[in-house]
Amino acid sequence: MVKKIDDETMENICILAKLTLSEAEKEKAKEEMQRMLDYVEKLNELDTSGVKPLSHLFPSHNIFREDVITSQDNRDALLGNAPEKKDGQFQVPKTIG
Amino acid sequence: MKQYEMVIGLEVHVELATKTKIFCGCSTEFGKEPNTHTCPVCTGMPGSLPVLNKKVVEFALRAGLASNCRINQTCKFDRKNYFYPDNPQNYQISQLYIPICQDGWVEIKTDTGKKKVRIHEMHMEEDAGKLIHDEWADCSLVDYNRSGVPLIEIVSEPDMRNSQEVIAYLEKLRCIMQYAGVSDCKLQEGSMRVDVNLSVREAGSESLGIRTEMKNLNSFKAIARAIEGESERQIELLEEGKAVIQETRRWDDNKEASFAMRSKEDARDYRYFPDPDLPPVQISDEWLETIRKSLPEFREEKMKRYQEEFKLPAYDAEILTESRSLASLFEETAVSFGNAKKTSNWFMVEVLRLMKERGMEPEEISFTPKHLADLLSMLERKEINSQNAKKVFERIFDQDIDPVIYIEEKGLKIVEDLGRLNEVIQKVLDENPGPLKELLDGKEKVMGFFVGKVMKEMQGKANPESVRKSLAAGIEKVGIEKAGIEKRKAKE
Amino acid sequence: MGLETLTALELAEKIRQGQVSVLDGVKAVFEQIERKEGTIHAYLDLYKEEAFERAAQVEKGMAEGKYSGPLCGVPIAVKDNICIQGKRTTCGSKILENFVPWYQAEVIERLEKAGMVIIGKTNMDEFAMGSTTETSAFGVTRNPRNTDHVPGGSSGGSCAAVAASEAYLALGSDTGGSIRQPSAFCGVTGIKPTYGTVSRYGLVAYASSLDQIGPVGKDTADCAALLEVISGYDPKDSTSLQREDLCFSQALGGGIEGMRFAVPKEYLTEGLSPEVRSAFMVVLEELVQMGAIVEFISLKTTEFMIPAYYVIASAEASSNLERFDGVKYGFRAREYDGLHDMYKKTRTEGFGEEVKRRIMLGSFVLSSGYYDAYYLKALKARAVMKQEFDRAFEKYDVILAPAAPYTAPRLGESLKDPLAMYLGDIYTVAVNLLGLPAVCLPCGKDKAGLPIGLQMIGDCFMEKKILRAAHAYEKRREAFIRFGSEKKQVVFPEIAKGDAKV
Repeated sequence: MVKKIDDETMENICILAKLTLSEAEKEKAKEEMQRMLDYVEKLNELDTSGVKPLSHLFPSHNIFREDVITSQDNRDALLGNAPEKKDGQFQVPKTIG
Repeated sequence: MKQYEMVIGLEVHVELATKTKIFCGCSTEFGKEPNTHTCPVCTGMPGSLPVLNKKVVEFALRAGLASNCRINQTCKFDRKNYFYPDNPQNYQISQLYIPICQDGWVEIKTDTGKKKVRIHEMHMEEDAGKLIHDEWADCSLVDYNRSGVPLIEIVSEPDMRNSQEVIAYLEKLRCIMQYAGVSDCKLQEGSMRVDVNLSVREAGSESLGIRTEMKNLNSFKAIARAIEGESERQIELLEEGKAVIQETRRWDDNKEASFAMRSKEDARDYRYFPDPDLPPVQISDEWLETIRKSLPEFREEKMKRYQEEFKLPAYDAEILTESRSLASLFEETAVSFGNAKKTSNWFMVEVLRLMKERGMEPEEISFTPKHLADLLSMLERKEINSQNAKKVFERIFDQDIDPVIYIEEKGLKIVEDLGRLNEVIQKVLDENPGPLKELLDGKEKVMGFFVGKVMKEMQGKANPESVRKSLAAGIEKVGIEKAGIEKRKAKE
Repeated sequence: MGLETLTALELAEKIRQGQVSVLDGVKAVFEQIERKEGTIHAYLDLYKEEAFERAAQVEKGMAEGKYSGPLCGVPIAVKDNICIQGKRTTCGSKILENFVPWYQAEVIERLEKAGMVIIGKTNMDEFAMGSTTETSAFGVTRNPRNTDHVPGGSSGGSCAAVAASEAYLALGSDTGGSIRQPSAFCGVTGIKPTYGTVSRYGLVAYASSLDQIGPVGKDTADCAALLEVISGYDPKDSTSLQREDLCFSQALGGGIEGMRFAVPKEYLTEGLSPEVRSAFMVVLEELVQMGAIVEFISLKTTEFMIPAYYVIASAEASSNLERFDGVKYGFRAREYDGLHDMYKKTRTEGFGEEVKRRIMLGSFVLSSGYYDAYYLKALKARAVMKQEFDRAFEKYDVILAPAAPYTAPRLGESLKDPLAMYLGDIYTVAVNLLGLPAVCLPCGKDKAGLPIGLQMIGDCFMEKKILRAAHAYEKRREAFIRFGSEKKQVVFPEIAKGDAKV
């Protein structure tokens, strides 16, 4: 059956997706997602019993690289886009304590 | 109070000893300047794509086969989605749906006997970066050198019942991984990391209690303390009629206590799905067989062989095989020298003594086996005395010197210069007429006095056996001469 | 009429003949940009000075024999989700406003080796999510055929640039029709190659199992030549395929007599606008007259395409876009309280509405308890669809389809109803879900003068077949739009009604 998108579900989605919505946005998002899921529900009309999910299109496999060092020190370039950096590292808000 | 028992399962992360990371060509070297071993792939740059390091698959197979796992010959990578700054893509590439190895076991030995600990699965994944907490600036700093270093996560079944079993299991895993050549498993450097899943239940009960997961365990001692601490905490809760909450806790070894790591923002819903950037891995029978054949002789077989083939005592065999590198040092030395028992004796006494004195792990010992074999041969041929041999071995142990050259240079070799020896004997006999007379009169004890005198005069560079022989010959000669003189005297 | 109205191959030929210089071509295109860009806004960034320098470099390189090949010296525009080292790459998003990659996309390396001149980055729907180029954080692009209308999307900037002769060629990317639909709306030609043919290294991912970079050009020959330049195995992309049949231009020129074309009946239902339908029916008649066999077939999975596509694409997108978090690059919110608040504010302020909508949908369909019902179900549906298409391709060389149910909508009309907008992708998403190659080329105009596009879809690796068919059709329809100089207007005959067997 179609999942009912309630406030709690919406809250959880926002935690997973790391997004904040205003109350008005939340209502709109709920409604839109509900509509979309109702539509997606159509998939249940398709019989897929005994069918293996197709996650990779081609039967290619074992695409490997050899264990050989190919990178050089790119620290300055790497940090060039950092919003905040310190001592050759990316600076972020404190993660513990 | 009721009787309780612990139920413990472990998640062990082992860093694989490849040269490069799992999905890019960056070096895995430990302890370098922050962010110097990075590229677009291991720092989650937009547009970058992962390419799997073949060696990681081989190492995972070695580890799996060495711990009796079933190999999934087709396996895939999945994305584990969660936000954290040390996780540059905010998803970790791991294996959930089809891990490479499943259903294995290892045997452990404790005071109460032998026991099998089952391994639920073993999967490949990438390591996260490192976070450093800047207390002064109230911020954290991210270093991605470790990001993308290959790991295998080994998940055990909840088969352990006390900390002794846990430590035995970990030591066993470490030994297997080292033997298989896939990891050095150093807890201090983080190349082996352990999360403990623990619950308690009334003794005899079949059902499982609510478990907690404990992280941040950096030594075997900390693990043992954490297990004791956490089981006490849980028992206390149950005794007070309270419930244990299923949660992740961080062990603080200084405070000897664990603390819940909970946050509203930890959704704990990883939304795993197959990584579309990585095609599946297929392990052919041939490939698997090649890996199987390349596996070394493991500890149990080695111990058995040492006892049967080399006639070593069980205790010696156990010590010598504790680490693969020590065992191969021993074996190569024994082969080169030709006498396993004598080689073993030397290892059990001299090698272990120096290892202890130097505070080293068996893996850190490194010298050319032939150097020790040469030394033992010289000792065998009595070309050096045992006192000097021990001194020379210290040099081999520390600096891997060539004993043949060293002994020559230092003039420590016992030289069979019979001319010089006879001169010395003559001199000693001449200088000590009193004792000589006693000896000739049949006082055998005095012989020792002469041997000592001669050895001293030779500065130790004489074989005591030769000294004894030559001295006896010399004395006999003197005795005959003396008898002749007396005869002549009597005639006259 | 200036140099800018030539096709890419015509320009390259003139350069090789020494009739014009590389710089002449670059200048012509920048002059056109000067004239048109104020209205069209196809570009986000232009590299005029560097392009001039590069022109001289290519000129020299050609003389030295360093550069050769059919597209040497041709100016090209690049969609702004493809990383060019040292150049801002925004994906049309505020969250990457100031992001400058320090690495090069594989396709850019290939353009450079081919002696092409990159002139700028084109506008796009934010992270390629949209069908109108209106979700760009940096303003809309207008359709050069009628500036009150959208150019389509998400590669709207690339297609508008080519349609307005502001570029000879452009690179686009196609995840659910993002090259083909705007090509149709702008009256240009575009190819979505077989998945794995063009390296995705350096393409900022929207949905990794669906994304492919492809060419946009003035005609089939130009597109085939560009596709030849950019395709090929790349060890940096694990999904890149080792193919040997990459000389696409060789496929052009043959006839289509005896070639078998299939028309899915399900594509001709009520959603299709009468004008597009008419144009499409004319195509069928033309093809029959050219000696092709055209038959109607049934693709029963058609109605499941959009649901499956949006579940899979959104799921992959929700994960791919997690890396935009304000830690390593791009925008970071100014004020926040702690780590998670920083994440949330950064992403809430940095992403536009459509992107957030898909991230939320994707997070939901992967979340605990719903994975099997939505995501796994969609992957299974995809497998069923593949079986059905495989069967069709056993019998037919090409599947024909309109590119979109309607011509380019007016600006501002589409975003109000997301679901209605998604339904517009009905003819394009199967190609991505199944990794198929498809070419889209103009086949008519509506009363308002807006172009109508025709799609030719081939089986995997069958680019040559669809290019041969497209080229043959194009020759037949030469009457159609010549860029900048619409000298010959096409008059369409009255169309037979209903599902009459053509």
